[in-house]
Amino acid sequence: MSAVIFFIAAIGALAGAIGVVALRNPFYSVLALVGHLISLSALFLLLRAEFLAAAQVIVYAGAVTVLYVFVVSYVGDGTVPLGPGGLRLRNVSMLFVGVLFVELSIAILGSGLKAIDGEGAPYVPGFGTPEAIGEALLTKFLLPFELASLLLLVAAVGAVMLARRRMGGTTLDDLPYDESRYVTPRSLFSGTMAEAVGALHAPPEDPRQTARQTAPYVPPSERKPVPAAAPPAAPAADAAAPAADDTKED
Amino acid sequence: MAIGWYLVVSALIFCIGAGGVLTRRNPLVILLCLELMLNAANIALIAFARMWGNGDGQIFAIVVMVVAACEVAIGLGLIVALYRQRLPVDVDDLRELHG
Repeated sequence: MSAVIFFIAAIGALAGAIGVVALRNPFYSVLALVGHLISLSALFLLLRAEFLAAAQVIVYAGAVTVLYVFVVSYVGDGTVPLGPGGLRLRNVSMLFVGVLFVELSIAILGSGLKAIDGEGAPYVPGFGTPEAIGEALLTKFLLPFELASLLLLVAAVGAVMLARRRMGGTTLDDLPYDESRYVTPRSLFSGTMAEAVGALHAPPEDPRQTARQTAPYVPPSERKPVPAAAPPAAPAADAAAPAADDTKED
Repeated sequence: MAIGWYLVVSALIFCIGAGGVLTRRNPLVILLCLELMLNAANIALIAFARMWGNGDGQIFAIVVMVVAACEVAIGLGLIVALYRQRLPVDVDDLRELHG
């Protein structure tokens, strides 16, 4: 029975891994990673690592992939054709991967460890449970545990600093509120789930808005009045087709 | 199942992840492939923990998961910062530090 579960989970994990690498769309890659992680947690359960299997599903499949989905939605589809020399590079890297696998296989097959062919040590009740893990973390591995918490803190602060909006030496918090600085620099429909799965293609960006985004910052008090690019729509038409008006504006 | 089978699965997943890191150009997908490689290491660690009947390997796996979470937070922050600067989200075009 455990052999059947092992092969199902292993095939699922390998298929998920191949999907992550081979799928062109990053959104589908993230979904393949979710399948991979869930299959992997089944393997962990077979190895009697109950706490780690639960942590894998909660931390990875729950939290980390949600982060990925948000960033894929934000950045959009980044698929680009391979440049010159890309194909040769791909062949070389495939060769490298093949050599790496052969080397790992030799390491596994030629290993002097006799227990590799066995089922492992006899099962002791309590192995891999949250109690055992917690006790080990707070007694034998107290220092690595505290260092890991420090690492997480550093990573959280670093991520906040990286994702912050900056302009030279001052931040936006130092400037008076100006709505045009807060417009996200992208065209309509980009960054949506629909675009991430390729169901929708963003229209070309408005050069007027791009110029405004890349232009140096001018405080509102020193700004010259800009003539309106399009005459304002009649109120009746506005009320009849708000969606069409939106697309025209953006 | 023999422990060796888990090691074979681990080696396969590691190689697939390494191939992805080398061939893909989207930094998001490269991060995903790094996750694959770290997970492959995790399976090997847990398999060896089972083999010896010693729970210390599972603590190692938890530390690997912590490091992976930090890597994801920083990596995704970098990608968002790149996008905000209107730089191409493509590792081949980002060669400012290339010299």
